[in-house]
Amino acid sequence: MRKILAVGLVVALLLPLLTIGQGQPTDTLGRVKARGNLICGVNNGVPGFGFLDERTGTFSGFDVDYCKTLATAIFNDPAKVTYRPLTAAARFTALAAGEVDVLIRNTTRTFSRDVELKLNFAPVTFYDGQGFMVRKTSRINTLRDLNGATVCVLQGTTTEQNLADMARRLGITIRPLVFTDVSARDKAYDEGRCDAMTADASGLAGARVKLSKPDDHKILAELISKEPLAPVVRHGDDAWYDLVTWTVYCTIEAEELGVNSKNVTAQRGSADPNVRRLLGVEGDFGKKLGLDSNDWCGNIIAKVGNYGEIYERNIKPLALERVVDGKPSPNALWTDGGLIYGIPFR
Amino acid sequence: MTRAARIPFWRDIRVLRISAQIAFVLLVVLLGNWLYSNLQTNLRATNISFSYDFLQQPASMGISEGLPFQPTDSYQYAFWVGVFNTLRVVFLGMVLATLLGLVIGVARLSSNWLVRTLSGIYIETLRNTPLVVQLVFWYTAVFLKLPRVDESLQFPGSIYLSQRGLVMPQPQPTESFALWGLTLLLGCVLAVGVYIARRIYLERVQRPGTPWLWGLSTFLFIATGSWFLLPQSPLTWEPPVMGIFNFEGGMQFTPEFTALLLGLVIYTAAFIAEIVRAGILAVSKGQKEAARALGLTNLQMMRLIVLPQALRVMIPPTTSQYLNLAKNSSLAVAIGYPDLFNVANTIINQSGRAIEVILMIMGSYLTISLLTSLFMNWYNRRVRLVER
Repeated sequence: MRKILAVGLVVALLLPLLTIGQGQPTDTLGRVKARGNLICGVNNGVPGFGFLDERTGTFSGFDVDYCKTLATAIFNDPAKVTYRPLTAAARFTALAAGEVDVLIRNTTRTFSRDVELKLNFAPVTFYDGQGFMVRKTSRINTLRDLNGATVCVLQGTTTEQNLADMARRLGITIRPLVFTDVSARDKAYDEGRCDAMTADASGLAGARVKLSKPDDHKILAELISKEPLAPVVRHGDDAWYDLVTWTVYCTIEAEELGVNSKNVTAQRGSADPNVRRLLGVEGDFGKKLGLDSNDWCGNIIAKVGNYGEIYERNIKPLALERVVDGKPSPNALWTDGGLIYGIPFR
Repeated sequence: MTRAARIPFWRDIRVLRISAQIAFVLLVVLLGNWLYSNLQTNLRATNISFSYDFLQQPASMGISEGLPFQPTDSYQYAFWVGVFNTLRVVFLGMVLATLLGLVIGVARLSSNWLVRTLSGIYIETLRNTPLVVQLVFWYTAVFLKLPRVDESLQFPGSIYLSQRGLVMPQPQPTESFALWGLTLLLGCVLAVGVYIARRIYLERVQRPGTPWLWGLSTFLFIATGSWFLLPQSPLTWEPPVMGIFNFEGGMQFTPEFTALLLGLVIYTAAFIAEIVRAGILAVSKGQKEAARALGLTNLQMMRLIVLPQALRVMIPPTTSQYLNLAKNSSLAVAIGYPDLFNVANTIINQSGRAIEVILMIMGSYLTISLLTSLFMNWYNRRVRLVER
């Protein structure tokens, strides 16, 4: 009798566990919907891209806004995101282990990451590259002008090697001053110990706003490495990859078609079939992506904004313009001569 | 009877001692073996090979100062440049810290209240704050605050001081330098001869004196005499010239090097000063009184009576301070000086050979420290009390 009771008790305790296991959706989108929020792996220390304001406890930045577009597509609510700050070393492990649904953390797309680490990269959202910051008074305008200059650089990753390779390629001499600490590097450059500072252009722009006189410094247009940054998902869930991909294209296509957060309501009545399909007035693209509403892209534009607006809000304050003196950066729209190119919604 | 009185081997103190030592050695060997095989297994498991072949590959990095270095040079040479930069700062640091420590230590015992108190404040402040904080202070709050390079402070004789460092003319040998070098060598030999002769003479007449001063003046006389007698000056001074960004040529001391050297010297000197004070106080008062009774001057008393006895007490702890200085020099990474540790970190970063390079770093510091302590132990044996 007691035995039966004991077995019954154990079964009664285990039963809920079983039902949870059975009810759990296996696809990422299903899990996100069941959970009620999106878990997004981000950076918390790069102003403009992923930055945690320690006083208010809020995340902001370009990458953070792309987490919001995805949450808006799924829930029609940009606030339904749990941000998970990740270090450079831990980010891929966290993604592979399913700790985050998507990784949007200024991550460069490379062959080994794509193939060896079994990842899928969504379209590039920002074309970064290792660049140089110099004083406006220094008369350094091109890489060749750096001959004989002292350059402040941070130890780690491939920054030092890119610098040395650039010097070899151009046949110039550069004196690198190597620091292990970002603040020591910035301090040495700020005080004038170095003629230039090198890092990824986005990082330089973030460092620039923290200098004592940001307006006295400029970032050279020439870059010495290619660092295309893109959102990342793990292999094995193509539908989820499609959703992340088309969320990015939604923001780009909207900018190309002139749809922004201010005119999106009016644009729903547009005669342009491209706009009508993008905003879900015609077709059922939202349903095909597994979303509840065909108005998903319209919601993104209304609540977060199109590519240009997201760029304007986060990266423009760092003085990284999309078009500099009439010359387009890679992050300008292709119609302006850049590389940002929307894929048609049809 | 004798058989019965014999102690069983498990209670024999000699057997116990030896077997304990054997057991200990065995334990150490086993531990070492386990660590090594653990490393081997894990390296195999992660598909990492252990090899120093990468040292011959081009380093593809830059080094801001020290021996001339190109990005096409090998990792091995890059490492040597780092070792040389470390040795440069360590050697100069030891010499300067000893001199400064001696002065401060003697000042601490001065009868002058102001001198005594100031050196006391110096010792207590610098001994009781972390070295890395002091280094960052010297670098960012002192050297980086100097004028910019285009507004350098100029001193007579083409000497410039800016936040890019101290720049001064560098002596360049001319054609007659070889001849002058030869006379210098001759001067050395002559100086040693004069020194020995004077010592023997003083010994014979039983009088105190300064034979080294005789030797030194002989050398200086020959050196300056031949300088002016030669038709062409054996050295010319190559002044630094302002280039686009920096001074080119001349002798350059970068702020990183100077801040590291200054930080190490000032910090270590505070410890050495206390050792000097302890050494001097360890010489009994009676010795000084006896010296005075013999009519020795203050300087003679210090040189002939106090210091020889104080050195015996001072040398072993000073050796420890030298070793600390050598190891503390690795804090150079905090201020961007390309020492052995800094350069090796970049090599690890670029080659991915962490274990190999860490072993090289450890081996280098170990060698520097062992050589230092070997020399100091030899010196200690020389000055220790000779019992008659």
